[in-house]
Amino acid sequence: MDGRQVPEEGKESVASVERRLRAVGAIMAAALAATAAGCSSTGGLRAEERAKQAAANGKVVTTPRWTVAMVTHSGAGDTFWDIVQNGAKQAAVKDNINFLYSNSDQSDQQAQLVQAAIDQHVDGLIVTLAKPDAMKAVVAKAERAGIPVITINSGAEESKAFGALTHVGQDETIAGQAVGDALDQRGRKHALCVLHEQGNVGHEQRCAGVKQAFHGTVDNLYVNGTNMPDVQSAIQAKLASDKSVDAVVTLGAPFAATAVKAKQQAGSGAEIDTFDLNAQVAQGLSDGSLGFAVDQQPYLQGYEAVDLLWLYKYNRDGLGGGKPVLTGPQIVTKDDADALRQYTQRGTR
Amino acid sequence: MTEATADERLVRRSLSRGLLARPELGSVVGALAVLLFFSFAADSFLQASSLGTVLYASSTIGIMAVPVALLMIGGEFDLSAGVMVTTSALVSSMFSYQMTANVWVGVGVSLLVTLAIGFFNGFVLTRTKLPSFIITLGTFLMLTGLNLGFTKLISGTVSTKSISDMEGFDSARAVFASHLTIGSVDLQITIVWWLALVAVATWVLLRTRAGNWVFAVGGGAEAARAVGVPVARTKIGLYMAVALCAWISGQHLLLSFDVVQSGEGVGNELLYIIAAVIGGCLMTGGYGSAIGSAVGAFIFGMTSKGIVYAQWNPDWFKFFLGAMLLLATLLNHWVRKRAEAAA
Repeated sequence: MDGRQVPEEGKESVASVERRLRAVGAIMAAALAATAAGCSSTGGLRAEERAKQAAANGKVVTTPRWTVAMVTHSGAGDTFWDIVQNGAKQAAVKDNINFLYSNSDQSDQQAQLVQAAIDQHVDGLIVTLAKPDAMKAVVAKAERAGIPVITINSGAEESKAFGALTHVGQDETIAGQAVGDALDQRGRKHALCVLHEQGNVGHEQRCAGVKQAFHGTVDNLYVNGTNMPDVQSAIQAKLASDKSVDAVVTLGAPFAATAVKAKQQAGSGAEIDTFDLNAQVAQGLSDGSLGFAVDQQPYLQGYEAVDLLWLYKYNRDGLGGGKPVLTGPQIVTKDDADALRQYTQRGTR
Repeated sequence: MTEATADERLVRRSLSRGLLARPELGSVVGALAVLLFFSFAADSFLQASSLGTVLYASSTIGIMAVPVALLMIGGEFDLSAGVMVTTSALVSSMFSYQMTANVWVGVGVSLLVTLAIGFFNGFVLTRTKLPSFIITLGTFLMLTGLNLGFTKLISGTVSTKSISDMEGFDSARAVFASHLTIGSVDLQITIVWWLALVAVATWVLLRTRAGNWVFAVGGGAEAARAVGVPVARTKIGLYMAVALCAWISGQHLLLSFDVVQSGEGVGNELLYIIAAVIGGCLMTGGYGSAIGSAVGAFIFGMTSKGIVYAQWNPDWFKFFLGAMLLLATLLNHWVRKRAEAAA
């Protein structure tokens, strides 16, 4: 009895599985047909893939496949560094370079990652000097090992002293001053500088730069950047308690939208301006919820660093004449935002 | 004749049983598995120079994992261990700089301050009988705030000023942050500190009365007190041991980089605990070893750097790390079960 029932049950379940598979197959076929019928000839994932294919196939250089490692001080999952990487990868494809990326926001860990890249005998190194003293020894080590180093993003002052080929980035103080001037032009009197990362020297320089150039008063507000609701409530509380604030400057693109929400909640009339750019900021600029953005072109930082290393390896070329190669500041307003939007959406601006 | 055979058997069995019952056995197997895996997955992993880097990464975790393991055997946690390292470095640097004192004076003051923080943790814990999780979480948050607040107040920026041109810097660096080169291998002095600490901690745990006390208070504080173990003193001592090692790590941090960033160290406390747990420490206390914590730190060092040598996409880094740690711990658990069944 039992012995007969078991195989029967087995057969039944096989049949039902087959039935179910057929049903799933039919649904998938229908979905595919619908997709094919409703195909968009422009944009979408396919357009992105086509662009990638074109980039991958368009190999023109004849140099051997060099390996370049980039080690940054970025935390995990940061949009800004995604854009830097996109730039670097594009240059790597063009220059037939094997591009490696690693990051740690702890300076001793970042130094260890650079050491790991040296151990792998990479052909070129790109590092950020957000915490320059921690990187000094290991950058010197790379040079002793004959690996050319380019610094990007932060460390314009230390780059040359550490023996790097050049520095590609934005001078944070100059960028801050540009914001201060822009605020003056827009007739602002009292600005709030929102720092979302306690302990970042570059952020301090930005707000200090704003303070130097701006003729009105500047208050600094420290918020916890990893906790968005906390950022919003902090800005909201400040705006509600001090009605004279007529401009809020956030130091990172993701925080601009949060500041807009905080402003609405607090019933404040302040203008929101921001450092850095992303798709959301471009949207905000065109619909008028944001005043202006200061872009430092992260794509260019990644792209130029890889390309300059290639130029150095290939032709011993150097750029900047011993001075940092500046990628910013570039003030972006409503007028430019529409043109930039397509680029921010694909993650290159 | 019969007696002699019985003795021989007794010796052999106790040896094998002793080996199988060691808490770190599982982690050693796990470490070998990780080593083998990366030897195949990453070309540059087995180079001598890479080994130096892996050992250095392991030692920076390992130095703190030793006292954290002892503390866990004693039945407590310390969540302030990560930022305490930064605090120790900050105190040392700022005292030397502001007082224009010899670097060694700052190093000494830092030792006192750090030990005081450890004492505070232990004292409040034994007095209030609150869970160590709550108390050290409080210390962790307070230290994070103090680190940043004091550094900005005193230095005006978020990092300290360089002390590299001050008297005593070179000799202090020789002790805490020098490195020796053997052939092409660059070995940091922290590796020596690490191994020495493991040796001392193992000796204390297995050969001294204080070691017995640690196991006793972790196994059951009330029972330990009943048989005359000074529970409060033992626990305070353990927290001060964590502080001592935080001081060593902190001085290394300062003297290898000249300056200290005030916001660092957050999150490292979990790495120390992870290393101790992989090394066979029970979360409930009363069981574990110092050697195990070293093996745990080594597994961590191999995994974190192996992923880089294997050139894997760093977006997945944390996932690989977590999976590796989980696998190592599972293997550890499985081996220990087997060993217990066999013995």
